[in-house]
Amino acid sequence: MNALIDTASWILLAGGALFSVIGGIGMLRMPDFYTRMHAASVTDTAGMILMLAGLMLQAGLTLVTAKLVFVMLFLLITSPTATHALARAALEDGIEPQVDHDKR
Amino acid sequence: MRYLLGLIIGAATLWLLLSGVYKPIVLGLGGFSVLFCAYVCHRMGIVDRESVPLHLLARLPLYALWLGGEIAKSNWDVAKRIVLPERRISPTIVRLRAHQSSELGQAIFANSITLTPGTVTVALRSGDAIVHAITEDNATDMEGGDMDQRVRRLERPFGAPARREETP
Repeated sequence: MNALIDTASWILLAGGALFSVIGGIGMLRMPDFYTRMHAASVTDTAGMILMLAGLMLQAGLTLVTAKLVFVMLFLLITSPTATHALARAALEDGIEPQVDHDKR
Repeated sequence: MRYLLGLIIGAATLWLLLSGVYKPIVLGLGGFSVLFCAYVCHRMGIVDRESVPLHLLARLPLYALWLGGEIAKSNWDVAKRIVLPERRISPTIVRLRAHQSSELGQAIFANSITLTPGTVTVALRSGDAIVHAITEDNATDMEGGDMDQRVRRLERPFGAPARREETP
């Protein structure tokens, strides 16, 4: 049983690490500011959730897991807020998105 | 009154789970800080339906589950577009109407869009969300209005009948 939980935990941690790296690659590959932000949100969501889930399996049913749940909840609320603030600041500052279709 | 009570219960639960030390003196300090914070919030007049959204609690788990599924799907999609060779993006900007009746509902809608990889709300003005999507398909999905509909259902007062509002 312990080995099973450990394996699942390692798979989740490795998956989180993989998605974080993919997000990083995307930040370099994407052509403009706004598309780079989409790449960053892969790290923000998949990377963060998988890693915290892996850590929760390591901690088991303890207060540490409760704290990890809070960390996840707060990140899920604050990270889109920060992303939005960044995007809006960029738009107001005159960074025009390079788009294929503009249906504003 | 029930919002103040909700705030106290919420803060006390948070404190109990974060603390882990349950000695009388520490518990007393925790209780004091919870009550003091509630008092300050009450005096500032910010304890209301918006800051303590009790009416969302019953429907929130189901919405969170659905949003989690959407996040998983779009993460996979965006990750593929990043890793695979060639240019597989077609950035698109669309204007979406946020049909939620409260500002809190519109904020939840805009935040849900941003949380899902591949779509970011760049502006929210007078009920219109300007959304930047990484592909045209993502933008078309958003124009389908599924998420808008679900957030509207989420913010409906508890026990209110399900009414269908037509999407223009």
